[in-house]
Amino acid sequence: MRAFADLIFALDSTNKTTAKLDAIQQFLRDGEEKDKLWFLALFTGKRPKRPLTTTLLKLWAMEVTQIPEWLFLESYSAVGDLGETIALVLPPPTQTVERTLSEWMTDILLLKDQSESEKKAFVLQAWDTLPAQERFIFNKLLGGSFRIGVSSKTLINALARFYEMEESAVAHSIMGHWNREEVVFDLLVKGHYSDTELSKPYPFCLAYALEKELPDLGYRSDWQAEYKWDGIRGQFIKRDGEVFIWSRGEELVTEQFPEIAEALAEWNGNFVIDGEILAVREEQVLPFSELQKRLNRKVISKKMLSDVPVSVFLYDLLEYDGEDWRARPLSERRAQLEKLVAQNPETSLRLSEVIASRGWEDLPTIREDARSRNSEGLMLKHLASPYHSGRKKGDWWKWKVDPLTIDAVLIYAQKGSGRRSAYYTDYTFAVRRDDELVTIAKAYSGLTDKEIQEVSRFVNRNATEKFGPVRTVKPELVFEIAFEGIALSNRHKSGVALRFPRILRWRKDKTVADIDDIEEVKKLIPAST
Amino acid sequence: MLTFTDKGIYCEPGQFYIDPWKPVDYAIITHGHADHAKWGMKNYLCHHFTVPILQSRISPDISVQGIGYHETISRNGVKISLHPAGHIIGSAQIRLEYKGKVSVVSGDYKIQEDGLSTPFESVKCHEFVTESTFGLPIYRWQPVATQNEQLQQWVQHNQEQQKTSVFVGYSLGKAQRIMQALKDAGPLFVHYSIGKLNRAFEQIGVELPKYEIVDLREDVKHLDQGIVIVPPSLLESKVIKKIPYMAHAICSGWMQVRGARRWRSADAGFAISDHADWEGLIEAVKATGAEQVHVTHGQTAVFAKYLNEIGIAADVVPTEYGQEEEEESPEKKEAQS
Ligand SMILES: [Zn+2]
Ligand SMILES: [Zn+2]
Repeated sequence: MRAFADLIFALDSTNKTTAKLDAIQQFLRDGEEKDKLWFLALFTGKRPKRPLTTTLLKLWAMEVTQIPEWLFLESYSAVGDLGETIALVLPPPTQTVERTLSEWMTDILLLKDQSESEKKAFVLQAWDTLPAQERFIFNKLLGGSFRIGVSSKTLINALARFYEMEESAVAHSIMGHWNREEVVFDLLVKGHYSDTELSKPYPFCLAYALEKELPDLGYRSDWQAEYKWDGIRGQFIKRDGEVFIWSRGEELVTEQFPEIAEALAEWNGNFVIDGEILAVREEQVLPFSELQKRLNRKVISKKMLSDVPVSVFLYDLLEYDGEDWRARPLSERRAQLEKLVAQNPETSLRLSEVIASRGWEDLPTIREDARSRNSEGLMLKHLASPYHSGRKKGDWWKWKVDPLTIDAVLIYAQKGSGRRSAYYTDYTFAVRRDDELVTIAKAYSGLTDKEIQEVSRFVNRNATEKFGPVRTVKPELVFEIAFEGIALSNRHKSGVALRFPRILRWRKDKTVADIDDIEEVKKLIPAST
Repeated sequence: MLTFTDKGIYCEPGQFYIDPWKPVDYAIITHGHADHAKWGMKNYLCHHFTVPILQSRISPDISVQGIGYHETISRNGVKISLHPAGHIIGSAQIRLEYKGKVSVVSGDYKIQEDGLSTPFESVKCHEFVTESTFGLPIYRWQPVATQNEQLQQWVQHNQEQQKTSVFVGYSLGKAQRIMQALKDAGPLFVHYSIGKLNRAFEQIGVELPKYEIVDLREDVKHLDQGIVIVPPSLLESKVIKKIPYMAHAICSGWMQVRGARRWRSADAGFAISDHADWEGLIEAVKATGAEQVHVTHGQTAVFAKYLNEIGIAADVVPTEYGQEEEEESPEKKEAQS
């Protein structure tokens, strides 16, 4: 597993994309065919079912090391990752055995039909032959996800460079379904197996936050303005009469939205459309919290269908009649999309409205008003732009409305996981209700590394508990919390839930006497919920 | 024999303090790190090697007496002797004997021999005062030879790619260890704050590998493909970014954990520490045979609880130690650079 371990180590120990690309290319050069296929499978989320529970792994590790459970948990909370904790607490290996990634994976696949004692013998034996770094990888292979230090964009980028191909072509080849045992790595990347794959989505084109003044973009007439929606970005595919709906998380969600699938089935033509799934009732887009009720359910009941009716706002046309349209200018793609909508029956699929304004002058006002439509702001797309793979600066901009904010006090802190496991990085905040404090949000991001250290030091000095990952802290530190939306909810004691809460700034100038009152906060809830 | 006051660890019969953090008349200092060696004491007693460090850190005019390891002096009937702590050059455990009772204050210590500081020596006692910076079983150091090899390999790898290797390590202790490990790996350059301490060591006869002092505010072209050692305070100051085509590594015990390595976003992280690892701490405590253990800083609650579970009476005593860079986090800025 050396080559693979080296790759993981290299990916894991740098934030620099170029270094990551180098490491992947090195592996593509040196790795064995079977290992490369496993690598691709693991890094695109095609990992096999977990053959044993993490509880068992934890038990066995405690047994081997003779560490009491409380101490194991302390270690875990300092590390933030179970597989890594186990790898670190185990004694150094007493033997060395060099096996390839695919050899390990073959054995791991066999585990699922074995008895617990067979599994245990295998795992203990493996632990005793692997040094800490490889042991960590082995534990990862046994359990959890395997997305270490590399985004799918970087992976695709590395493959594209190595094979001198277009990124979108690589993405097309490796997304979707393929079977490790039936493909040759080179051919797979080169797209040899992808023609027969009807369901394949394209990589989404993503926008950067607007970073210049509107007039600096050039002529208003060169740009298409639309509302930015806070729903589920999806790709709506119809090829040879078959319908597929992909979410941006590269998940096939066709079954979760049967009414959309039906609508697509009624449409004529072969196409791939980029759009947004939104909860819409009587022409009013509902906040994301409504749409959320439909997510991650095994069965979508009739009641659910009528309680949370959904629509798709269509943004763009990527493929039409079997032809890839992404290189054509947006103006052409939009015109064809409009034609397609016009030719087909009126359903819950509708065009995303193009905002008309004479010059740039009107747009700021329109943007300010976006929140009343439950929109997040505006999108600006250059009419000559192709449909890029991933994020590319210059052609598409998102211009969000300024976030809502409240002042809240820190009351619980928890150690982070992964990257920031040595510090308290996860915070729970409270606002006032009469004389008590009520929790309103958890937030993980927004502070600088330095501020995190400062908060961590405060937590260490002002916490009531000495053990375990969560600390109750003296309510003293006040933060300005920004968020994108707010709705009633019973998940938090305050009775409201914030959408995308994040720390805007540490208000060192404020004390707990200055934090917001829940009744004031509730006034921010939009009328439609 | 020991009491823990708001000024520091106090020896009542001897009427002196060990590593006090507030001004007192007579202070015995375990080692030269800023959180153990504070300013304002009327008289200091420490190991010979620590004298120039105190003079350079606090003031050349302090009243300080240096003694050797195992040398015994007496104060108000308390026999005092220093024993190697293996933490950094000159670091000492303070052994106190009074009316047949022995107490040892260990300051900071490490069991591994680093090739620079006098190796740790276990001292039998009734009462033992210990740190617990890395008091969790996830901290287990590689043998020093392996650590050195890893550093050498990393430098070689950089050189193959025509890169300059930059190491970030505490200027007192870690920096000299890195120099030692890489003495044959390429030209060594050290930041002037490290150079200042190096000169203090050289004054007292410690032999360090050949190095050149570098001021990163000036021209840095000559550093190309060499080895540069800088204190952690420079990491965030962006000065090191001035060095063209470089890779930088952090050397600290915290680098054992992936999350800490990734947070630092260095090109490499090496778990090299001047503190004892988990097994080192337990081994050291057991070897003293002490009936009572006091844990001063680090993972105090965890370590004391564990010691009690394995049958060694231990408690946590509040101190102000633990502000040394490696103890607090790999981040903390050096007080004076
Ligand atoms: Zn120290
Ligand atoms: Zn210390």
